[in-house]
Amino acid sequence: MAETVQTVQLLSADGVLQTDDTAAEYLPYVDALSDDDLRQFHRDMVITRRFDLEATNLQRQGQLALWPPSHGQEAAQVGSARATRAQDHIFPSYREHSVGMIRGLDILDIITLMRGVSNGGWNPKTNNNFHLYTLVLGSQALHATGYAMGINFDGDTATGDPETDQAVIVYFGDGATSQGDVSEAFVFAASFQTPQVFFLQNNHWAISVPVSVQSRIPLYLRSQGFGIPGVQIDGNDVLASYAVTRKNLDEARSGSGPRMIEALTYRVGAHTTSDDPSKYRGDIELQGWIARDPITRFEAYLRSRGEGDGFFAEVATEAQDFSADLRRRTLALATPSTEKLFNHVYSEPHPVMDVQKQWLLDYEASFGGNE
Amino acid sequence: MSTETTSTGTTTTETNTGLTSTDTASTEPANPKAETAEPTSTEIRELAFGKALNAGLRMALGDNDQVLLMGEDIGPLGGVFRVTEGLQEEFGTKRVFDTPLAESGIVGTAIGLAMRGYRPVCEIQFDGFIFPAFDQITTQLAKMTSRHEGQVSMPVVIRVPYGGHIGAVEHHQESPEAYFAHTPGLRLVSPSTPNDAYWMIQEAISSNDPVLFFEPKSRYWNKGPVDFSASAAPLHSSRVVRTGTEVTVVGHGAMVTVLLQAAEVAATEGTSLEVIDLRSLSPIDYAPIIASVQKTGRLVVASEAPGFVSISSEIAATVTEKAFYSLEAPVLRVTAYDTPFPPAKLETTYLPDADRVLEAVDRALAY
Ligand SMILES: Cc1ncc(C[n+]2csc(CCOP(=O)(O)OP(=O)(O)O)c2C)c(N)n1
Ligand SMILES: [Mg+2]
Repeated sequence: MAETVQTVQLLSADGVLQTDDTAAEYLPYVDALSDDDLRQFHRDMVITRRFDLEATNLQRQGQLALWPPSHGQEAAQVGSARATRAQDHIFPSYREHSVGMIRGLDILDIITLMRGVSNGGWNPKTNNNFHLYTLVLGSQALHATGYAMGINFDGDTATGDPETDQAVIVYFGDGATSQGDVSEAFVFAASFQTPQVFFLQNNHWAISVPVSVQSRIPLYLRSQGFGIPGVQIDGNDVLASYAVTRKNLDEARSGSGPRMIEALTYRVGAHTTSDDPSKYRGDIELQGWIARDPITRFEAYLRSRGEGDGFFAEVATEAQDFSADLRRRTLALATPSTEKLFNHVYSEPHPVMDVQKQWLLDYEASFGGNE
Repeated sequence: MSTETTSTGTTTTETNTGLTSTDTASTEPANPKAETAEPTSTEIRELAFGKALNAGLRMALGDNDQVLLMGEDIGPLGGVFRVTEGLQEEFGTKRVFDTPLAESGIVGTAIGLAMRGYRPVCEIQFDGFIFPAFDQITTQLAKMTSRHEGQVSMPVVIRVPYGGHIGAVEHHQESPEAYFAHTPGLRLVSPSTPNDAYWMIQEAISSNDPVLFFEPKSRYWNKGPVDFSASAAPLHSSRVVRTGTEVTVVGHGAMVTVLLQAAEVAATEGTSLEVIDLRSLSPIDYAPIIASVQKTGRLVVASEAPGFVSISSEIAATVTEKAFYSLEAPVLRVTAYDTPFPPAKLETTYLPDADRVLEAVDRALAY
């Protein structure tokens, strides 16, 4: 999809800060960032790309059932995640690995899901409100909207204090925009004026289907028909992603209703480790996007601000260590006990679970122990 | 024209079908204005089923600020069956509110509200309109606790007016409970009396698991005693509502009325039926059923839903496994036919009536 004139870009593809009229509105958010904040953006993106590769390799080696790589989408994810405030709630899809990491989730929790050791299992409350991955496309948009309705009912937003007012951000893809649940979420969000940002990563593909099959108009325009203002950003620009998300989340938390951001980005890797992109997309398109790589771009910007080789080498080592540790802990993951089948199907006691669990335990014991 | 089961299990039967036939083409059935549902704690009062539900919802709203009612037309109108009448006025638009007209949206946002700590009670307007929410119910709501490994509960109730006998147009008379009973993570109940309606809705709302609450819509206008002092039985228990010795008949919702009629007729012919109201469809409380079959040796299971892969099939299979040596005859099912719900002029042919129950009883006795 062609970028429109409204596309917000704060860093050009070669890492130069933009000061045009579209950018100007957002530059104060960038100005407020410290050098350490900027370094952290880089660190987040580099670590993510490195463990993303590690996880892909682990799948290739038979250690994971599946891995959905986020290669190419690091800026959209890191910028938006860093824009959230501590009290915000995040409803991801299934590719927002760096968002989880930034919210404090142990990436191993994502690994367990992709290895077939759990179906999620982390507690949003103890992971800075980073909710479970959702594999059924678009479903989480409604959960996010319901959650945001609850924030409204509780009066925990729109008090005028951005340090405590809560908001919700929900992540979804270009393919997911065609799901009825996403449209229904727009309807409910508009109707209940939820404190919520819909964050769409348009990575141009839904497995093998190009975004042109999902929509004949730029997707940021879609929400406007529902009464939700939309903005399109260069999703490979971490500063744009940060600043626009920060602004929109703060507007949403101030009581002015839901917002939508469409981040134009690209899935450089395969859809998942089960996919073969060579069957449906050309190398020219891919190379064009690789030339707009979000990490290269931001590194150029940091270097233009005087960051030296030492920092970049240090981050590379950190990313390497992070991945090695993740690999080690992946290989050490135990197979869950059979009781796990029954343990949390219900919150309250359930006779069928009790009977079936006991039957299975007896059946296993009948072979002379559990080994 | 009603057959009522009192809380002590005795029955009073009058002549007619016991099932109200109301033309709901307008989808706004007349509202019995006769009584208000202001309970005092020790009273036993006659209330229509719909009014009893209304009273139960009022109690739940009053007991816990986290309880919300949400759905289509449930606010100022009080729902197309008036079950929520007056509740928005009493508890305000934050507690009782109309949603946009989207079932997946209703259940999906209820899940988010439950994550937030609320206890949403969703109304699905009619049985045939639950399917737009099927994914959110079976794939999201049902699995959410398991996917969170018990760290998140889903105290969501989905109220579903269901079943036939009201002469309504297509999609307004179905019995879709088996789709949901098949889904681990959900609980399903269906009251058949005003007393159970009053208590079971409160018990469902206080459950920390998702409960699909199937309301036999043909019973909304039927009156019966409601004992406001104490619940008659736990939520997930079945109950013998008429004792007998020769054949056990089991059903739920509006079918209980049919079974009681059949028992009355059978009695005049010298056959003694024991009638069990299932009340809970998932889990099923088998103890009273097995105990009864051990006594009678014969079981007929009846429901308004098609029989293939149904609650009736499940009971037949389980009782055969658990009480094989007690059985004098195969467990027989009396169900709707395996066809779409027909045009309403054919519904009395489609839905099991007392005669069809008695035909099965005769077959069971012939073994
Ligand atoms: C309801 C549903 N239908 C189909 C799928 C299978 N599926 C998984 S990902 C995917 C493509 C999603 O594309 P998009 O929303 O653009 O997200 P992306 O993978 O590009 O991040 C499909 C078809 C699914 N997970 N859920
Ligand atoms: Mg996509």
